[in-house]
Amino acid sequence: MIQHDVVIVGAGLAGMRCALEASKELDVGLLTKVYPSRSHSGAAQGGIAAALGNSEPDSWEEHMYDTIKGGDFLNDQDAVEEYVKSAPRVIYELEHMGCIFSRTADGKIAQRSFGGHSKPRACFSADRTGHAILHALHEQLMKNEEKVKIYNEWYMHALIVDGDRCNGVVVSNIQTGEVEVMHAKAVVFATGGYGRIFKITSNAFASTADGVMAAFDVGIPMEDPEFVQFHPSGLYRQGILFSEAARGEGAYLLNGKGERFMETYAPSRMELAPRDIVARAEQSEMDAGRGVDGKDMIHLDLRHLGKERIMERLPQIRQLGIDFLGIDCITDCLPIQPTAHYSMGGIPTDKYSNVILDEEGTRMKGFFAAGECACVSVHGGNRLGTNSLLEAVVFGERAGKSVLEYAVGIDYGNVNEAQEKTRVLEKFEDVFQRDGSESYNDIRDEMKEIMMSHCGVFRDEERLKVCIETLNGLQERFKKGKVTDKGKLFNTEIYEILELGNMLSVAQLIATAALRRKESRGGHFRTDFPKRDDENFLHHSMVYGTPDGLVIKPKSVVITKHQPAERTY
Amino acid sequence: MATFRIKRFNPEKQAEPYYEEFQLEVPAGATLLDCMNLIKWTLDGSFSYRMSCRSAICGSCAVKANGHALLACQRQAEHIIDNDETITLEPLGNMKPVKDLVVDFTPFWDKINKVKPYLEPKEAPPEKERRQSQEEFLLIDDSSTCIMCGACYSDCNTLEVDDNFLGPAALAKAQRFVSDSRDSKTLERVKMLSEPGGIWDCTHCAECVERCPKPARPFDRIKEIMTVALDKGVHNNTGARHALSFFNSVKRSGNLNEGRIPVESMGFFNIPGLLSLLPVGIRMFLKGKIPPIIHHSIEEVDDVKRIFKELDQ
Ligand SMILES: Cc1cc2nc3c(=O)[nH]c(=O)nc-3n(C[C@H](O)[C@H](O)[C@H](O)COP(=O)(O)OP(=O)(O)OC[C@H]3O[C@@H](n4cnc5c(N)ncnc54)[C@H](O)[C@@H]3O)c2cc1C
Repeated sequence: MIQHDVVIVGAGLAGMRCALEASKELDVGLLTKVYPSRSHSGAAQGGIAAALGNSEPDSWEEHMYDTIKGGDFLNDQDAVEEYVKSAPRVIYELEHMGCIFSRTADGKIAQRSFGGHSKPRACFSADRTGHAILHALHEQLMKNEEKVKIYNEWYMHALIVDGDRCNGVVVSNIQTGEVEVMHAKAVVFATGGYGRIFKITSNAFASTADGVMAAFDVGIPMEDPEFVQFHPSGLYRQGILFSEAARGEGAYLLNGKGERFMETYAPSRMELAPRDIVARAEQSEMDAGRGVDGKDMIHLDLRHLGKERIMERLPQIRQLGIDFLGIDCITDCLPIQPTAHYSMGGIPTDKYSNVILDEEGTRMKGFFAAGECACVSVHGGNRLGTNSLLEAVVFGERAGKSVLEYAVGIDYGNVNEAQEKTRVLEKFEDVFQRDGSESYNDIRDEMKEIMMSHCGVFRDEERLKVCIETLNGLQERFKKGKVTDKGKLFNTEIYEILELGNMLSVAQLIATAALRRKESRGGHFRTDFPKRDDENFLHHSMVYGTPDGLVIKPKSVVITKHQPAERTY
Repeated sequence: MATFRIKRFNPEKQAEPYYEEFQLEVPAGATLLDCMNLIKWTLDGSFSYRMSCRSAICGSCAVKANGHALLACQRQAEHIIDNDETITLEPLGNMKPVKDLVVDFTPFWDKINKVKPYLEPKEAPPEKERRQSQEEFLLIDDSSTCIMCGACYSDCNTLEVDDNFLGPAALAKAQRFVSDSRDSKTLERVKMLSEPGGIWDCTHCAECVERCPKPARPFDRIKEIMTVALDKGVHNNTGARHALSFFNSVKRSGNLNEGRIPVESMGFFNIPGLLSLLPVGIRMFLKGKIPPIIHHSIEEVDDVKRIFKELDQ
């Protein structure tokens, strides 16, 4: 049995920031299924928000209001307030650690505009902001290697709980296939998002809901799963991202007729309206047959920005167009479509990153979550661009602090090693024993297809019911899938199957909560209930697994400073 | 229909690797990684490799295609199919294969670790950000684009013969800090990097620049460290002396004084070092490869001197 004071699962921004904090006094094990620098945080291009006021006067109050309005008033405002107030400090700290940032003429951190933010607030490192921060944090961990042991390419399967206390995780080493128990006083999940359930997505192959489902499996509800963000500029068919930074720098969106159609949908903000609004505008244009060449395609036009600005501010985006499409955005438009991008929902936590068990906020002892896998909720119904790198850093650090408060000086809980191991070994055995009459690839494709078409940008009761039905069928077929590789050594096939199992389950939670929420708010849009309905739905959804199936209970929204108002741009 | 000729290896099953061929209709616009996934998901689930982001930023999916390292997600498959309608896929070089296209990255990361890849700031941080000009940012911008994919490490010609060489990725990472205006350890860093296994062991083949999928271009970064090392007066090592001797020889005579360079590189007073050169010298003499004892200038030596003057050297 492996033992650490604290085990952190996930080495993206949230997990690594947490490790730096917790390792100040505790012995830390950091587990990740990909090398830390390969975590999906690295894909973040555009920036990280903070009211530094480096290019225009700005304040945390404005950042707070923009975030809440962007979230369609579903955000918990006490958490938002602390979060935006911490923003400048955590970014200065990243700079002090060595993170590189683009600079203003007087050498300060440069900032640019981003959708839904009323001020240029996105601190950036060209168009590789996530990459710059991810590597800076990884560097700090290399510096502190005796305090944080990193388990590269290890997979977390299950949580170990005893009543309301968490005592560790069951894991396996992907390289050798060995299953191990990790005994810990506290566990932190920082396992990221789960966009892979959608056909078109900007997410990495590793973004598969393992953390959320491991929590759900031990009886922790999932909060607000129906809120999924679709990003307006995914590369046509591939889904990978052309950052909003392109629009931040002034790019246009054009329909098949060459019109800047945002004029109709958000005349004051145009292309820089929040993502949910822009993605819906695009989908509406495409549904009305005004896509480029009649396809599900919109044009992102950067040509007027000129070569110099593109090369300086958006070099990686340009390169992506050249590599993946053979299109140079200096001379031609880029074909895009909405892509599943960010999960607002997740493991419910309070503002101290402590995981909670119910709508009353009862804490689970020794279990914390931060980053995209958690739902604090600072983003409410829709996250503003650049706010989630910030979330990962702020609440990663916060989780680290909470772990210190909780775990210093306490004893390890009881763990039955053999029993815990067997649980996971049986999971493997189960997969190996299936009759093999179904193809996992087909099941995965069908899941992605139905989630995109029936539970995507636009939803309605009929489609959601079909979606849930289809997912039920896929669950059954999943039990009969065919596995080719029964070896232990670096068996990527078996891990993909386990991930698919998690994705099928989380897809059910999303569709079920979406069916129940008979209103439109933020990223969740019901064509049969196109208006926001504060009277009946100004609350979070807490989805519980019970022997009788999924049960959804409301959890109230914390409102401190800003009463819900109509959200127009 | 294209043929994917894949080097398969699974030590759980057989000790030796072998090649297996798969036929695949390459879909329009498919990347190499898309094709690998099609093979894995529809033809043989045991085919193993790493992948994650699909957008050339996580660095997981570097493999060798037709003999050269590249990022599978970054390249259109149809651009790499050779004349025989074939793509040969092999694991990265200079690292131990684990299974199929998966290699052991441990030595790679150990070497990254060796260059102390973190900022060692000059003083306690100010309340806000440290100032850095856009020009200073640009000095470290390129090296910071490295995604640790290992493509350069795989195809590095020096590493093939010398395990000790830190390798292009670690050296590029080192430049990231050598040239960071916020770092205080520039001198210590370049001293360490001038030791055996460091910058002077690079053979300047620039293969790493060819293979780098990002603007990091390790060899360019290595040259930048060399420049800083010489500027800082870190000459007291074979590599730097070799470079300076090279430089002085051309400056003096317009060509290389091949008798003098090894001696200057070793150092005039480095008796054991010089003795160690003797056997090479003797073998060269026996094979008739000894340069003329009296070194002559080329006819256009004045032009060469003028060029040096123009370059302000
Ligand atoms: C293309 C793209 C661009 C983006 N751009 C921006 C932007 O400009 N600004 C912004 O604010 N946000 C942006 N976002 C969102 C933001 O990047 C993410 O929300 C954030 O980085 C999430 O960080 P994280 O630490 O929570 O998770 P991640 O960085 O996703 O890390 C998850 C970690 O968990 C590990 N893990 C998961 N499951 C397991 C398991 N079972 N066992 C072991 N380890 C596991 C993974 O290995 C990984 O280390 C972008 C997102 C995408 C996809």
